Amino acid sequence: MTDYRVVPGPEAYFTPSAARMGVVLPEPGEAHIEGVIVPEEKAMEYAARKLLDAKNPTLHPGPLVLWNWNEKAAKKAKAIKVLAECIPARIIPMPDYRPKYPKINPDVEINPNHPNLTIWHNKEDVCLFVGVHCHQANLSLKIIRGGTDCFTIAMCAQAGHEDAMLSFRDATAEKILRLAEWVSKLKGVPFVRPVDEKARGDGGDRYSDNVFVKLADGG
Amino acid sequence: MSKEKIQICPEFYDIMPPEYRDLVEQATYGKEGRGWKDIGQSKELIEDHSLCAGCPESMAFRYILASLPNPEDTVMVGSTGCTSLVFPHVAVHNIHSLFGNQNAVASGLKRALSVRFPGRIKDVVVLAGDGATVDIGLDMTLQAWFRQEKFTTICFDNELYANTGGQESGLMRKGFVAKMAPVGKKFEKVRLPEIARESGCAYVVNCTVSKPNLVEKVIRNAVLIAREIGPTYLQLYTPCILEIGKNSMEGLQEMRDSEKPGERFRYYEYVTDSAKQFLAELEAKEKQTAAAAIEG
Repeated sequence: MTDYRVVPGPEAYFTPSAARMGVVLPEPGEAHIEGVIVPEEKAMEYAARKLLDAKNPTLHPGPLVLWNWNEKAAKKAKAIKVLAECIPARIIPMPDYRPKYPKINPDVEINPNHPNLTIWHNKEDVCLFVGVHCHQANLSLKIIRGGTDCFTIAMCAQAGHEDAMLSFRDATAEKILRLAEWVSKLKGVPFVRPVDEKARGDGGDRYSDNVFVKLADGG
Repeated sequence: MSKEKIQICPEFYDIMPPEYRDLVEQATYGKEGRGWKDIGQSKELIEDHSLCAGCPESMAFRYILASLPNPEDTVMVGSTGCTSLVFPHVAVHNIHSLFGNQNAVASGLKRALSVRFPGRIKDVVVLAGDGATVDIGLDMTLQAWFRQEKFTTICFDNELYANTGGQESGLMRKGFVAKMAPVGKKFEKVRLPEIARESGCAYVVNCTVSKPNLVEKVIRNAVLIAREIGPTYLQLYTPCILEIGKNSMEGLQEMRDSEKPGERFRYYEYVTDSAKQFLAELEAKEKQTAAAAIEG
């Protein structure tokens, strides 16, 4: 167990990777907060608090959820929108990973090769990455930790990110909605899950999975 | 893949930067008869570029993108050089290889794509400068042709190493004095089109990019022949106006001067018999389709 803590920077120009400093990834059902492994529900509550306490909470969806590749991506997109509305948080996309020359417009997008520009420009104090390919997320998270004081949250669909200050793993639409549910709970308002329009067929009672439940159920 | 594949999730449509919305709405992918005339109307055909003002390479790049017969299923392989500054603006799959490795990377890629997508047409197009094609990567270039790898190699020939300040390259003409080659080149320009022909390329063209119709035709021919018959090679003159002491507006005239009879970029074409037959069949099919469309 390492004493190193993955905390908001600016860490240094040559930021050491958290993995090199001994931070390990969480097992399924777990998450990490600043490099310390915790049960996922604890991290959910912590992340929800961070997002609510922030002055400029911002969600950064990546190509895996911005583009309508498949049903899974579409569901995650819906869930992210619900989360953003619950907080409420701004959404600034990372549409692709090209190193854009001569510069990006930090008001409308974030780029993994210089994510600090967007963080600085928008004075983001807490941000959440979702739907970004892991190698590009690692790059972004390290640069942000190196040059900004922003608290980073990774909603990773794979094994999580050591370089985020808080990282979930195995992200699904359901998990994103659970975070939204935590936000609502802390705010003391009822949480209304979205209806899956696509699955509303004959009779309107069938839903593709348990993520999207009927509004009428109040679930 | 087609335009249907590149849809934005409706939840994020309003927050996507305008160029991505434009890509989805206006891109020419799948459009019948797309070509160089679409330039200026579609952002994916390089609306902004990061090259020098008036650079002929930026024209060439646009013509090539507009002329690809199957852009959504094409992967371009680039190499170190001025082209690597443009590839980030290109809405076609592309890979940046190490300096000179482009034809080796393209060989593996083409083979892998045919295994991964056996029922689909996947084109691979190499686009590199003369340094990458003829000097540093000559081994890879020739070996790919010897192996009859089915992809197109395009060389942007500006006759020197441009973005490193003007060093001598194999394709530099004899006697030329560059900023970083002050004694002048002592050897003849490497005759790569002839070497390509002898190395087994089915279609070889040497020309400038002054005539968009011509560039469109040779790009299309090269990609289609490479798909069906064997390797193809295009050597396109894209002069570096900075390194030859010209102004931004003089690139086009420089190309026109260099393609006159007897000049080093006069139009040269070599087509094998099988490629000729393939092109004739293609033309006949197109005429048939056009006639049917008029009748219908």
